[in-house]
Amino acid sequence: MNLPSTIDETVELLARGAYVADRSLATVIFLALKMGRPLLLEGEAGVGKTEIAKVLAEALGRRLIRLQCYEGLDTAAAVYEWNYQAQMIEIRLAEAEGVEDRSELGKDVFSERFLIRRPILQALEPAVEGPPVLLIDELDRTDEPFEAYLLEVLSDFQVTVPEIGTIKAAHPPIVVVTSNRTREIHDALKRRCLFHWVDYPDATRELAILKLKAPKTPDNLSRDIVAFVQKLRGLDLYKSPGIAETIDWAEALTALDAVALDKELVNDTLGALLKYQDDIARVAGSEAARLLEEIRMAARAAD
Amino acid sequence: MGRLAENIVHFARVLRRAGLPVGPRQVLDAVEAVEAAGIGARSDFYWTLHATLVKRRDQHHLFDQAFHVFWRDPKLLDRMMALMLPEIATPPDAAREEQSRRLAEALFGDGRPRETAEPDIEIDRSETFSAEELLRHKDFEQMSVAELAEARAAIARLRLTQDDTRIRRTQPAARGPMIDMRATLRASLRAGGVIPLKRRTFRHRRPPLVVLCDISGSMSAYSRVFLHFLHALTNDRDRVHIFLFGTRLTNVTRELRHRDVDEALARVAAKVEDWDGGTRIGETLRRFNIDWARRVLGQGATVLLVTDGLDRDAGEGVGPEIARLHRRSRRLIWLNPLLRYERFEPKSLGIRALLPHVDEFRPVHNIASLTALIKALSATPKPERKAA
Repeated sequence: MNLPSTIDETVELLARGAYVADRSLATVIFLALKMGRPLLLEGEAGVGKTEIAKVLAEALGRRLIRLQCYEGLDTAAAVYEWNYQAQMIEIRLAEAEGVEDRSELGKDVFSERFLIRRPILQALEPAVEGPPVLLIDELDRTDEPFEAYLLEVLSDFQVTVPEIGTIKAAHPPIVVVTSNRTREIHDALKRRCLFHWVDYPDATRELAILKLKAPKTPDNLSRDIVAFVQKLRGLDLYKSPGIAETIDWAEALTALDAVALDKELVNDTLGALLKYQDDIARVAGSEAARLLEEIRMAARAAD
Repeated sequence: MGRLAENIVHFARVLRRAGLPVGPRQVLDAVEAVEAAGIGARSDFYWTLHATLVKRRDQHHLFDQAFHVFWRDPKLLDRMMALMLPEIATPPDAAREEQSRRLAEALFGDGRPRETAEPDIEIDRSETFSAEELLRHKDFEQMSVAELAEARAAIARLRLTQDDTRIRRTQPAARGPMIDMRATLRASLRAGGVIPLKRRTFRHRRPPLVVLCDISGSMSAYSRVFLHFLHALTNDRDRVHIFLFGTRLTNVTRELRHRDVDEALARVAAKVEDWDGGTRIGETLRRFNIDWARRVLGQGATVLLVTDGLDRDAGEGVGPEIARLHRRSRRLIWLNPLLRYERFEPKSLGIRALLPHVDEFRPVHNIASLTALIKALSATPKPERKAA
């Protein structure tokens, strides 16, 4: 699959991967592909940032290599590691055979044969179907030293292994970096990336997403769900529900054979939507009833 | 492309003047991106420039406004800027004057009124306290200008040390708990025979420090001096986040990070809108919990809450919010200048709401108390061991 050559083609490509993207997101994805630059996606949890990388890989027929970040992530887990057991055995075998030449043995033990490739090194290797999609997920969870290390990787697409030398990608991978902003990403890294803030979708787009992702949900219910969630996002909650929560909720309600929202149903299933006890306590009961009433009024006005 | 590229450069310059950090690299990116995307619909053009020139979410709004004004009539914005110039020129000029005064001080000796300060010290010397000692215990509220200057200098010298926590990264160590396989293999190749085990141990680093500082009217005598302390703190270590609050919450970390203390404080003053007003502790804590807690309290942050606890909303909503803040932070320290009064009693509703949820409660009204604070911050608290 070739890279899209216009923004319209990018929209189509994403649609084929069952991703409903708005024009702004398609534009920035198109530019990242065309200019060969990493794409930095920021936004609240559950708005579909990770999904973008998955869809890109699938729609383009590329391999998806995922690097999940966490505090303490180091090069041994992210880039490469030596296969110590195999190296030890090699040394013992050499000793058993009576090999005396140590420098020769060293060269042999630190060769590519014993190199374990971790996500970043894998992403730099040539692939038949084209360069892979490298997803660096939740970069904000790592510490600053690793972020600084990524600077070299993301600008030159090369990695240095002291014992072997520099490994450089012939064709740079498609890089998608996501961040939930638990920490601000450094400006130097941002400069190397194209930036996009992935926002909550509007009602029309969310309805389209729900149709795709939870197709069993009855139409009326879907409309109610989207209207209710959109109202919730207007409240001052600790964690507004993301698209992932909306889909969860729709599935939960469908499993309960619901056809329309009512007060009891909302109260019983609120846990699928809100993840903080304070938020649930605030919405459950009269607030939910009020929101439902508002939705009904709006629906009647629209008819 | 020629005219368009020129216009993009011009547009970038406008953005830069409006305060967006747009570098030459981004301008080149923007031109390249527009070439790549082609010039089609206006909205595509908008998002193409947006993708390359905007690097933070909060820059979006400014970009949006500038775009709509600029690309309707490129000249208009310039004219508007020109109209506004006399007005916006005033603060920078004042700053320059301030700087040139300081430059003059630097060149021709400092113009601080020594004459007024010295007699004080003479008197002080006759006391058992040394001048510095007296200053150490003098309340910030009662200090003269010269004494304040001294206090600031003393504050600038204060340093936090040794509040390290263990992190998951490791470093080589002779007696570490882990075996460094890589180094071991290398060494065994060199030595042969017995395999010399190399070890690693966990690295330590300073945890993030988050300061929430009250700048309402009742705190004014302290908050100004305390800002100097915060400035010293910001420039001394990384991962410091400073928030000021009165009736609203302002993040001033970026402003305070400026090396020059006067410049940094001038920037803070320009950013904060609610100096010397009332305090709404519950509301501002709530805003912090919603907007910032997830972003700055990760990785075991220590939180300093600087306030006298006198609340305009009579403690309304303070309880649940401080409890939430407490749950999220590794250590919550409340600094309260009111503690200097020996017969201080937690009568105010705000204070009573805060009190059950802080790990430590300390006075902060003079340099001695600040030094004590630093000592307290420096000692790593022993992890509580739960009985089996």
